[in-house]
Amino acid sequence: MLSRVADSLFWLGRYTERAENYARFIDVNFNLSLDLPPGIREQWAPLLLATGDNDHFLKLYKTVNRENAIRFLAFDERNPNSILTSITKSRENARIVRENISKETWEVLNDLYHYIHDLVKKRVWKKEDPHSFFNSIKKQIQLLNGIAYDTVPRTQGWYFTRLGQFMERADKTSRILDVKYHFLLPSVEEVGSPLDYLHWAALLKSVSAFNAYRRVYGKIAPTTIVEYLVLNKYFPRSILFCLINVETCLLEISEYKGRGYSNSAEKAIGNLRADLEYADIGEVFEFGLHEYLDQLQIRLNDISSAIYEQYFKIRPNLVADSQSQSQS
Amino acid sequence: MLTENYEYKEHYDEMLDENGNCRPHYQAFREALETFSNRKLHQLQYSTDKAQVSMGMTFNVYHDNKGIEKILHLDLVPRIISGSEWDIINRGLQQRITALNMFIQDIYNERKILKDKIIPSELVLSSSDYLEPCIGLTPPRGIWCHITGSDIVRDKSGKFFVLEDNLRCPSGVSYMLENREIIKQAFPNLFASMGVQPVSDYCGNLLSMLQSLSTQVQPNVVVLTPGIYNSAYFEHSYIAQQMGVELVTGQDLIVKDDFVYMQTTKGLQQVDVIYRRIDDTFIDPLVFNPDSMLGVPGIFEAYKKGNVALTNAPGTGVADDKAVYAYVPRIIKYYLNEDPIIENVPTYLCSEEKDLKYVLENIEKLVVKETNAAGGYGMMIGPKATKDEHEKFRKKVKASPRKYIAQPTLSLSTVPTLSSKGIAPRHVDLRPYILYGENIKVIPGALTRVALVKGSLVVNSSQGGGSKDTWVLID
Repeated sequence: MLSRVADSLFWLGRYTERAENYARFIDVNFNLSLDLPPGIREQWAPLLLATGDNDHFLKLYKTVNRENAIRFLAFDERNPNSILTSITKSRENARIVRENISKETWEVLNDLYHYIHDLVKKRVWKKEDPHSFFNSIKKQIQLLNGIAYDTVPRTQGWYFTRLGQFMERADKTSRILDVKYHFLLPSVEEVGSPLDYLHWAALLKSVSAFNAYRRVYGKIAPTTIVEYLVLNKYFPRSILFCLINVETCLLEISEYKGRGYSNSAEKAIGNLRADLEYADIGEVFEFGLHEYLDQLQIRLNDISSAIYEQYFKIRPNLVADSQSQSQS
Repeated sequence: MLTENYEYKEHYDEMLDENGNCRPHYQAFREALETFSNRKLHQLQYSTDKAQVSMGMTFNVYHDNKGIEKILHLDLVPRIISGSEWDIINRGLQQRITALNMFIQDIYNERKILKDKIIPSELVLSSSDYLEPCIGLTPPRGIWCHITGSDIVRDKSGKFFVLEDNLRCPSGVSYMLENREIIKQAFPNLFASMGVQPVSDYCGNLLSMLQSLSTQVQPNVVVLTPGIYNSAYFEHSYIAQQMGVELVTGQDLIVKDDFVYMQTTKGLQQVDVIYRRIDDTFIDPLVFNPDSMLGVPGIFEAYKKGNVALTNAPGTGVADDKAVYAYVPRIIKYYLNEDPIIENVPTYLCSEEKDLKYVLENIEKLVVKETNAAGGYGMMIGPKATKDEHEKFRKKVKASPRKYIAQPTLSLSTVPTLSSKGIAPRHVDLRPYILYGENIKVIPGALTRVALVKGSLVVNSSQGGGSKDTWVLID
């Protein structure tokens, strides 16, 4: 597979996953605001902090409120991570590699692109209840993933897209967990209060983990929720699950069947996956959840760089170099 | 009746003859068309537009910095060509391509036609498309123009004329193929009952032709594109997808020891045949345009050594020069000793004194074209232009006569087209596609371009024209 095509497929996976996660976050935060007891204002600042876009937001908007936050996170072309930008870039990458993806997946993605641009024209962030739009975006991306699952052959291209998808998902699950850290609770008494319960339930719902989690642990409790979303091996949006899949994709791509690793990207992911596999949730809290997640994100970035060096980097043309030297 | 107020009289109409009687090959279609209401046809047209957007059949307009993607309007009503009419086109294009290919081989090698003074040497050798690095070269199988998309028009009597040969990277074939997919679905029963020749094996034929240019058992064929900002990017990726080959850009390719490789996730992989969709002078900055960022340094040397095949062969464009065009009937006569089956549109060469005088005196009646421009750019339609524009072109022509030719204004034929007031006649041209490999194959179909505005003769997609599906019937 061409290095440039592999690069595009990787980012196709990353950007669609990013868009889906943003749609989830906004949808859940919006739902959460409906449940809030009277007198408590809905909070959008934590979401902006968690996605890492807060500074940029404050440069563009004066106040943090629902309308501005939704516009910025979903529909603002000036935000490099908004759903609009992500889907636009995702489609751009799909256009670059169109001969490598199935006709059906291209058409769903292309329709989604036009759908979102229509929403921007209609200025839907001004609407009373934008809930249905985010649900619809989420569903279309799930449709895209579903069609790809049943139509794309399991060759290199598939694994590069999945690689991008799981790298992105690991990052986003760690960020949404971090939201909780950023929620500014009025006082210590709030811990364990109905409001606290609402927050944790919303967090689980944002990653579609509410029911799955309850079947394992039953009670809503911070320690076990974090354990589930970071260290669970079986839940498709937990961080460990994502890392296991990142490693699998890399090994499928290199076709390495031995022990350990065959390149530096595989080494870095093997290392990180093992750390989580053998971690104890007590240690995580001892280290500090926020600090732990921060470390994790840094290591994910290192893995991204290693993947780039290994597979995507284009070498300069050899003839051009040697000839221009001999001519001079 | 949908076609009640159909104004067919002024030009050659392909559905109705001069007495208003339906031509036989349109009969079944017209009857079927009359069973639709105007409303129903507009609904179908709406679905057609939607299908195009959904499939991403978009192009970027040149000179448009925003890079906005537009769809080429696809008119719902297909254009129908009878088997016997097609026979003329098929034979005529086979003849023309054979002769043009012999011409290109000759002028880069023995130059017999120039020595025999059939064409002024000066005219050929001064063309900016005559590439000196190609002198003495013979491409694989001696074929230069593997892929052609000739533009054909019909005059008042309905006779066919070749308007342009388009020997360099002709575009639009993806529209011929995708238009068929869409229109077939709009009229499924009618399509099935009419007996339309299939076009869908185009990409299979293209791949076989490309593979035949290499001596490798399983040659690695690629399509080379300038990238996603090129106006025809959709087509480049469509063709690569349909052939199941890689779509590459210049930066994916690398030349080592005069062999071409592509950079893959598993290292370098040799490339044997390149269907390039970038212009001649952009393919290799070491030999041609040194500023080209699109090409591959060293690729021309690899081509010269026979280590990679390029289609169309570099240097082919010279036969597509509008001044050379005027000589094509003489080229056919010279190499094949035959009269052209499809004639040329009468052409005045401004480089010849007598013609120049005529052009300057009659500029308001003529269409003036730049000899090496395409896509409807650099041209002036005399009867539609203002006095100022006439004067501007007179000056241009006088300043550099070699750069211009002129032709009488053609009355293009009309075909039924959906308008806001029902079915109305609109002017069209015809672009069939020809593949030249082990033999010459004219694909029985075409891109029909249609001027959507009543009375307009400009069919270019970049200037507001649309397209139609073209049904060639089995007689």
